[in-house]
Amino acid sequence: MISLTINGKTTRVDADPGTPLLWVLRDHLQLTGTKYGCGIAQCGACTVHLDGRAVRSCVTPVSMASGKHVTTIEGLAETALGKTVQSAWQEVDVPQCGYCQSGQIMAATALLKENPHPSESQISAAMDGILCRCGTYNRIRAAIQQAAEHQIIAESKGGAK
Amino acid sequence: MKTQIENMTGHEASRRIFLKGSAALMGGLVIGFYLPLKSGRAYAADAPPKPVYPPNAFIRIAADDSITIVVNKSEMGQGVYTSLPMLIAEELEADWSRIVVESAPVAAVYNHTGMPMQLTGGSTSIATSWEQMRRVGANARVMLIRAAAEQWGVPESECHAENSRVIHASSGKHSSYGALADAAAKQQMPDNVVLKSPADFKIIGKATKRLDTPAKINGTAQFGIDVYLPGMLTVLIARSPVFGGKVKKYDATEALKIAGVQGVYQVPTGIAVAASGFWPARTARDLLEIEWDEGPGAALSTPQMIAEYLALAQQPGAVARKDGDTEQGLKAAHKLVRAEYELPYLAHAAMEPLNVAVDLQPGHCSIWTGTQAQTMDRAMAAKTAGLKPEQVEIHTTFLGGGFGRRANPRSDFVIEAVQAALVSGRPIKVVWTREDDMRGGNYRPMWADRIEAGISKDGKPLLWKHTIVGQSIVADTPFEGFMVHNGIDITSVEGASTLPYVIPNLQVDLHSPKNAVPVQWWRSVGHSHTAFVVETMIDELAHLAGRDPVAYRLAHLPAASRYRGVLQLAAQEAGWGKKKLPAKHAYGAAVHKSFDSYVAEIAEVSLENGKIRVHRVVAAVDCGMVINPDGVRQQLESAVAYGLSAALHGAITLENGQVVQSNFHDYAPLRFSEMPRIEVHIVASSEPPSGIGEPGTPPIAPAVANAVFTLTGKRLRRLPFDRETLV
Repeated sequence: MISLTINGKTTRVDADPGTPLLWVLRDHLQLTGTKYGCGIAQCGACTVHLDGRAVRSCVTPVSMASGKHVTTIEGLAETALGKTVQSAWQEVDVPQCGYCQSGQIMAATALLKENPHPSESQISAAMDGILCRCGTYNRIRAAIQQAAEHQIIAESKGGAK
Repeated sequence: MKTQIENMTGHEASRRIFLKGSAALMGGLVIGFYLPLKSGRAYAADAPPKPVYPPNAFIRIAADDSITIVVNKSEMGQGVYTSLPMLIAEELEADWSRIVVESAPVAAVYNHTGMPMQLTGGSTSIATSWEQMRRVGANARVMLIRAAAEQWGVPESECHAENSRVIHASSGKHSSYGALADAAAKQQMPDNVVLKSPADFKIIGKATKRLDTPAKINGTAQFGIDVYLPGMLTVLIARSPVFGGKVKKYDATEALKIAGVQGVYQVPTGIAVAASGFWPARTARDLLEIEWDEGPGAALSTPQMIAEYLALAQQPGAVARKDGDTEQGLKAAHKLVRAEYELPYLAHAAMEPLNVAVDLQPGHCSIWTGTQAQTMDRAMAAKTAGLKPEQVEIHTTFLGGGFGRRANPRSDFVIEAVQAALVSGRPIKVVWTREDDMRGGNYRPMWADRIEAGISKDGKPLLWKHTIVGQSIVADTPFEGFMVHNGIDITSVEGASTLPYVIPNLQVDLHSPKNAVPVQWWRSVGHSHTAFVVETMIDELAHLAGRDPVAYRLAHLPAASRYRGVLQLAAQEAGWGKKKLPAKHAYGAAVHKSFDSYVAEIAEVSLENGKIRVHRVVAAVDCGMVINPDGVRQQLESAVAYGLSAALHGAITLENGQVVQSNFHDYAPLRFSEMPRIEVHIVASSEPPSGIGEPGTPPIAPAVANAVFTLTGKRLRRLPFDRETLV
């Protein structure tokens, strides 16, 4: 049995330690917001946070997540930054088919956490690993910029932590 | 399949097909088969009498005033879960904030208005539902008003509806739709309701946020792969590495030792591993030892296939269009150009790999999948399971991209999943790995083309002899009978035989060789190929004539053509010929019509270390009346990105029958850093709405190629462009 802390809740799963975190989230815990796209860390649809940093859950053995805080799209709204990013996504109306969007949002949130005011090229570098076949990239950029602006406003009002 | 084709008139015949006969696909149920590839207006003129659509099949109003709209089209990103409700809500006078969407089950009432099946494809959803859905909404509105008038004892004509309420202005009485719903359901359906005039639209034509966005940003949107049933096993199937290959023998000893594996079964497509989850299934599948009888498919290698195609392109084929006399044109031409083109197989590579969940019970089968073709899939699932179609339920989930792949004319992924369910005896979900999806065939066909074109002394196009070589998508499918005639699959030549330029001596020939690689429609179908060839060659003729490429196109497009409007608008917005571009940047233009919509694109391109860099695309679209302008913008952005992915990088190639590419590292979609800025300009129009999901894709490859010519003097005639060395 492996003990995991996911979205603030501790849970135990019976899985081979080498099983990728992605499949534990999906098949064992039915946290299906995290998506399978390629299985080889090429598309980023499976992006989750491990202690706040974006990782590819499709190539992260579940054993590596033990003892760390896992955040998935289902738990993202529990932070002010996560909420801000999601509302920017809503405002810009980013998704089309939507399949890659959990990974996009998780990657964007990790970026903004590390770098609250990223430049265009920093956004591009951070998001280049997350594929979207519907070509929503320009809207993703706009949403990240908007979320960064909202952060600035929130900070100046002392709102966001 | 025997078919009888009626109503064929001249060149446009292929676009006006009405068939009587038996469609093998549908068993004995089908007596008429009508495929409206024309616009909604033309369809209305040609169509048999309209069936009546009861509002209650599409609208449910609850006591709390929430309105559930049942959508009979599959949401794959194109926005139908927003645009179709907009049509209903407009006529219903509904409070948009209370609209909820539900996907339709399979039932005749949910059929495409033009064919006896539920199908989402061909960019037809709005064009063919435009009137139907408004009528559904209007009927419901009238019934609600009648119910209120009856309750209040006032004339119906004194009442009106507004924001989900019926109001009797003179008395001040009003009632919410929720309160009236039960009484309204008992009213008779109106016979001939009058639809609103576009001038009165409150919802249609307004930029509207997608109704599916909230679920798609918080992880709750359910795609097929997200379906988990009690006791369900995940099934992965080891399929032949060569198309058409069969299992000779296999050994599952090692696979069966993996914890969580419940069984290994032979199915018609290969060897199925059923396990408690994806990971044990995949681990076990890797341990299978399978000997394949590869069959004739093993002889296929891309270089040799291309050589054969190009040789065929030298030969006369089936004639798809013939105007004037190309022999005479050849003799009379002042200047000539001959060119050969190569376009590869393309995988759809939707972000969500294929998957199907099946719960097979005695006398009943439930299927959950993201499909574009519910009725066909149901028919084939029923046949596979030995059930009647009505014993099969299909639950349409969100589609994590479709691009045509999820409307398989052979129902390949659904049939296979039912076959796996038959042997595994448990609820299952067949999941394709990315590699399975990439190597699973059903590609956009590989094409080779040859063109001989010439201009007169005054620079006018005089000769155009185009020969196309590539597999027919519909051959050996239920669609063959009505989409192929006189040896021409209309999807092989669309955009080429229908090119708009005025050219007196013009011929388009087609060869449709067959091989083991399954092929299928891929976003914009034949246009994904023909627009590249036609729009780069017309650019060559412009240069041959020493004319500006946009001016040359405008000079040779028919006077009243809608092509002109989009080309002029894009050129104007881009500052074509006027705007000073950064050093070593160039513009390229292309214009194309597909699915009754017209799109011009102007690409601003430079070379960075020999690689093509597309900075900006200015697109102009004429898709008739617009339902959701932001939806149109989204689809143009998406279609350009999809077409650019293919133009720059996309190729599926074969070596000894095996697909070389396997995943996103060697079949590379466009990435964030490669995405151009896209400006979308919409031509104001009062024409009926036409397609928008696909028409933005065809012009991008030729626009980029034409810009590269301006930059380098080199004509790109082989796709993808990253195979060329550019300096």
